[in-house]
Amino acid sequence: MSPILGADPLFSDGIDTTVVLIVIVKTIIVFAILLVAVMFYVWFMRKVIADMQNRIGPQKAGPFGAFQTLADGIKLFFKEQSSPTSADPPVFKLAPYLAIIPAFLAFAIVPIGGVVTVAGHETYLQLADPGIGVLWLLMMSGIGLYGVMLAGWASGSKYPLLGSVRASAQLLSYEAALGLAIVGVLVHTGSLSTRTIVDQQAWDGVGSAFSQWYWLPAIGAFVIFCISAIAETNHPPFDLVEAEQELVGGFHTEYTGIRFAIFFLAEFMNVITMSAIAVTLFLGGPSGPALGFLSADSWVNVWVMPVFWFTLKVLVLLYATVWVRATLPRLRYDQLMSLGWKYLIELAFLWAMISAVVVVGADQGWNRWVVVPSAIFGAGIILAVLWACIPRRGESVEEIR
Amino acid sequence: MIPFLFFVAAAATLAGGLGVVLARNPVHSALFLVMTLVSVAVLFLIQDAELVAAVQVIVYASAIVVLFLFVIMLLGVDRQESMRDRIPYQRPAAIALGVILLAQLLWLAGHEWVTGQETASGVPIEGGGFGGNVERVARVLFTDYMWAFEITAVLLVIAVVGAVVLARRSGQKGEPVDDVDEAATEGVDA
Repeated sequence: MSPILGADPLFSDGIDTTVVLIVIVKTIIVFAILLVAVMFYVWFMRKVIADMQNRIGPQKAGPFGAFQTLADGIKLFFKEQSSPTSADPPVFKLAPYLAIIPAFLAFAIVPIGGVVTVAGHETYLQLADPGIGVLWLLMMSGIGLYGVMLAGWASGSKYPLLGSVRASAQLLSYEAALGLAIVGVLVHTGSLSTRTIVDQQAWDGVGSAFSQWYWLPAIGAFVIFCISAIAETNHPPFDLVEAEQELVGGFHTEYTGIRFAIFFLAEFMNVITMSAIAVTLFLGGPSGPALGFLSADSWVNVWVMPVFWFTLKVLVLLYATVWVRATLPRLRYDQLMSLGWKYLIELAFLWAMISAVVVVGADQGWNRWVVVPSAIFGAGIILAVLWACIPRRGESVEEIR
Repeated sequence: MIPFLFFVAAAATLAGGLGVVLARNPVHSALFLVMTLVSVAVLFLIQDAELVAAVQVIVYASAIVVLFLFVIMLLGVDRQESMRDRIPYQRPAAIALGVILLAQLLWLAGHEWVTGQETASGVPIEGGGFGGNVERVARVLFTDYMWAFEITAVLLVIAVVGAVVLARRSGQKGEPVDDVDEAATEGVDA
């Protein structure tokens, strides 16, 4: 059992009933946090977009309309479920679960807080810390693709099929860019484990937010990660999968009731998970200043402050995704593909090369002011060569015979 | 706990394998293939080979089977395949080879190589005890097996370039050939 749960000090003294109970409680808490987070994220998104468009947004259910999503969820739960006669029933029923289960599981590797002591056992405030770390995210987003793909196919209807073919091409393309962007930061961390990555970004004064957190040392990877994460979660401006004007509703056109709600849940859950992973990799995870007037061992500094900083950073990123959603028009399909394959993947490769040179240079103690510009210069030459190879608009591609 | 996990994963692997062969619908077959691949990943995890498990899921269970499904969906699954063999000796040859493979597996199952007892070649990997799974594989891959690793990369590039050339050529002469996508898939698989 140890490889997947990883290096948590919880398991260092062997596994007894208390340890098993702690793991079960953690699992339930992560499950509950995600559900509640989605509920409030949807409300938050609707309110922010409404503000940006000079509307009021949801306001009737609960204070400031905060329970609107809950009301919608209850409504969807009690609605009739229909399925087309041309559907493939087992796959049609299976598809929503193939979308939601990976969405839940992907969050397991996110460190929410620091090291705490529960019932005499030290443990990380995170469900699992496997040695494969962020690869777990790629595993889960790979499996989650089946939900979208099979939903469209099993509906036995044209628009969902078109939507799911689009979706699978988009998700596969951007998974490559996402993985390569992660490589760009892993060159710096030297470890896949999310806990190790977060420990390396520990808070040490304001300067550490620039020198220790990886968003600045790996700025290229951070930008590429954000773009491909938005595309990977089918968020606007990359929501071609469900482009209403062209595809009715995309892969979930034929879904009703709770099954539709599950797809909806999975989509927003993926947005939250991606933001949390971005915070973990680039923004220091739960690290941040502790309350100086309390001792470092007080429960506020051990339990509350890391979770507070983590939540704050995730909220900032979520606000940014909502902002993007409200601002940018949807891309055309060819723009989407050319952005992914012609630009993001190449840039991610170049960034990984630059990072490798810089990291080796720092290791060997070379002069930083020589290493960094020459690495960027070398990458620039490669980029220029690549750029010259891309056929311009209107230029005919030579026939290959 | 470990034997229990093993039996569940092994049963799922076998059930998935049977499903691939017996399912009428190619999409169902592909889904059973995913089930087999993920169960094998669980078996790898039981053996503490977490990196292999991750690669198994990322490369095989997601990327490659998704490409299979992509091709199946684009070609349409309603077309009935003819059950008559074009090559007359294919079926008996397949049965004979299958029996040989089964015999080899049964022979190997009792062998030390599978049961994991100490053999002369069972020395630990260089740098054993340092770092986790990923670090050890990386160290071996980028030192001892650097040449093989790079050759494999070149092979993949050749496969991709070949697929692109085939796709362009058939595209210019009119209707694109259906097999092109499969060629691309096999290139990734190799």
